[in-house]
Amino acid sequence: MDPVTSAPDDGAMAAANAATEAADAATAASDAANTARITAGNEQRALIEVDHLKVYFPIYSGLLQRRSGDVHAVDDITFDIKRGETLGLVGESGCGKSTTGRALIRLRNPTSGTVTFDGRDLMSLSREELRLTRRRMQIIFQDPYSSLNPRMTVSSIIGEPLETHNLGSKASRSDRVAELLELVGLNANYRNRYPHEFSGGQRQRIGVARALAVEPEFIVCDEPISALDVSIQAQVLNLLVELREKFNLTYLFIAHDLSVVRHISDRVGVMYLGKMVEMGPPNTIYDGPGHPYTRALLSAVPIPDPKTERKRKRVILTGDVPSPVNPPPGCRFHTRCWLYERLGKPETCRTDEPVLRQIQPEHFAACHFAEDALKSDVGVAHLDEPRAQAPLASPPVPIVAAPTN
Amino acid sequence: MTVSDPQAPAGGAGVTELDESVDIATEEGRRLAERLADNRPHARKLLEVRNLSTQFFTRDGVVHAVDEVSFDLDYGETLGLVGESGCGKSVTALSLVRLIPDPPGQIVDGQIIFDGIDILKLSRAEMRRLRGRKIGFIFQDPMTSLNPTLPIGFQISESARTHLGLSRSAAGDRAVELLSKVGIPRARDRMGDYPHQFSGGMRQRVMIAIALACDPMLLLADEPTTALDVTIQAQILDLIRSLSAEFGTAVILITHDLGIAAGMCNRVNVMYAGRIVETGVVDDVFEKARHPYAWGLLDSLPRLNETKAARLRTIEGLPPDLIDPGVECRFSPRCHYVQDKCRTAEPELTPREGVGHLARCFGTEPGGWIP
Repeated sequence: MDPVTSAPDDGAMAAANAATEAADAATAASDAANTARITAGNEQRALIEVDHLKVYFPIYSGLLQRRSGDVHAVDDITFDIKRGETLGLVGESGCGKSTTGRALIRLRNPTSGTVTFDGRDLMSLSREELRLTRRRMQIIFQDPYSSLNPRMTVSSIIGEPLETHNLGSKASRSDRVAELLELVGLNANYRNRYPHEFSGGQRQRIGVARALAVEPEFIVCDEPISALDVSIQAQVLNLLVELREKFNLTYLFIAHDLSVVRHISDRVGVMYLGKMVEMGPPNTIYDGPGHPYTRALLSAVPIPDPKTERKRKRVILTGDVPSPVNPPPGCRFHTRCWLYERLGKPETCRTDEPVLRQIQPEHFAACHFAEDALKSDVGVAHLDEPRAQAPLASPPVPIVAAPTN
Repeated sequence: MTVSDPQAPAGGAGVTELDESVDIATEEGRRLAERLADNRPHARKLLEVRNLSTQFFTRDGVVHAVDEVSFDLDYGETLGLVGESGCGKSVTALSLVRLIPDPPGQIVDGQIIFDGIDILKLSRAEMRRLRGRKIGFIFQDPMTSLNPTLPIGFQISESARTHLGLSRSAAGDRAVELLSKVGIPRARDRMGDYPHQFSGGMRQRVMIAIALACDPMLLLADEPTTALDVTIQAQILDLIRSLSAEFGTAVILITHDLGIAAGMCNRVNVMYAGRIVETGVVDDVFEKARHPYAWGLLDSLPRLNETKAARLRTIEGLPPDLIDPGVECRFSPRCHYVQDKCRTAEPELTPREGVGHLARCFGTEPGGWIP
């Protein structure tokens, strides 16, 4: 197989990939995808295409447990992720970001809509084809405590996907486990230990090693650092970035921490109540958000600078997120929207559901009044934070050799 | 109480004497001076903690969870305890109200003077009268700290009835008043509702209502918003801020989120491995930090205004085992600036530039090697 020059938009190659070594595919596509990373927005075919995805969860109630309604967890979202790209997904709990992540690797079956992975509809795959495709997509979970089996040793945890996919012999698997442990920054001698012998950050590294074992192309990172301490978060985040460069990985990075998402993403999507409300490159979204919800979210993030904190004005969103069982009519955010109030409660917000439309190059927002939102000064207090230009808090290290990072 | 030379030594034996060195030329100094003026009738601190040590006696050995911690709290002041998990910030707070599970835990040394009362000398009954009456609590997870089998109206009025001796109906009225104060709509109708009928943010509001039921002088808030979404977090922090200003309640806010500490606190104690490693007015700690651990925390945060995805600075390694922390500086194994001196002795909390600004680091002491 030598498709070094052919782009992965070649359908035949895509199909061939599904059945051949993922390693080969990754190397083959790496050049093309590296280019994609630099020149985002070229005409290359996306690795993941999500088209009008809906995931509903039925609610059964009453004596006869009749279906009485649905939780609209993900309600008609469309987007794609290019090869080598990291898409960050942010939103409050219950907005559907984790469900989206799971639907993308078919851990959840969509109610309607399609998810296309490297040119093939995931719902149309046979059992065996799905198993082969699963090798190319993995997930890292939020909770490093519940996502590792406490009765399995580290080497059997990391080796299990190799066994499932019949990769390598028994002896080579053991070498591979050692290699993976080193790769994520753990000592290979730890392989016979159990998860409880590790700290949270180390466990999360084990989770990362398990995901990498089968050399996937696409990894769903579902809040991978939310359960960790600040200094450990930075370690794991750096590891994910390093691995992305090294293996040309494509990430869907789900998080509720907006600063983390800005740090790691090439593109950011903001979700609210099952809808994608804004999407675009991080600099555009964070420095000039086009949806009032994004602005409200940003205004709520505490900034680690006392002077900025003292003078900033917050948009306090009143009340809670409405129930996804009966989402509000029209724009789902209008019940809590500050812009809606400010504009004198325009009727369109209550009656017409806004579509995700382009408001600037590469910048999409689902708001009837996105242009007004763009002009406001709400939610961008973080731009005043002095640190953008200021040096690090720590002075340079004297005498002793500088740290490696 | 006079305003003295700002260069005067701001403490001794690890004790902050804020009122000894107020420089009214600076903004912080002015704020402090105003606060001191307000507190003149008291002429003392609300809380003085001296050399508090709390240990846990486990099968593996004695865990030095909190080791010789000393700090003060003024009336109406908000103090932040920041640090990572296991640094002793929650154990410090629980020790203040003697809620350390015994066994295995025990306050082995120190003194806690709350509003003139020596807390460690109180009987169990006296302690019970103090908790809830003069010190209120908010914990991280509102679902596990509320009783799921009792209506919230009962849970709020309970402490008013117990501590203030109010009648059932008077306590009920007080509960309704509190519920509307913490922003629960149709408060009277919701008195009979159970915790599961409220959302996470609403439950935390109920917790705050319970904590404030007896108009306490001190509110202990242990990670009050960690379980909440960022927009709900903003609501709850705003509520704590405005209520503490309205009632003049002092707050000890425990958080791992430096952003929250920056926005809420007058002063901050940075804790590491059972010790306070840096303490000072919030502006000093964030802008003129003088401890490598504080630098590490600040530099490892990705920022909202960051434009390029540079590699994050990290604090390599893990915190030390608190069973045998050794004689060295506890941060030395992870410190970029470490020198031999750090491995042979542990530094004291000594003054740095700024009012009541102390740090525990040889390298940043006058004549130290860190610029």
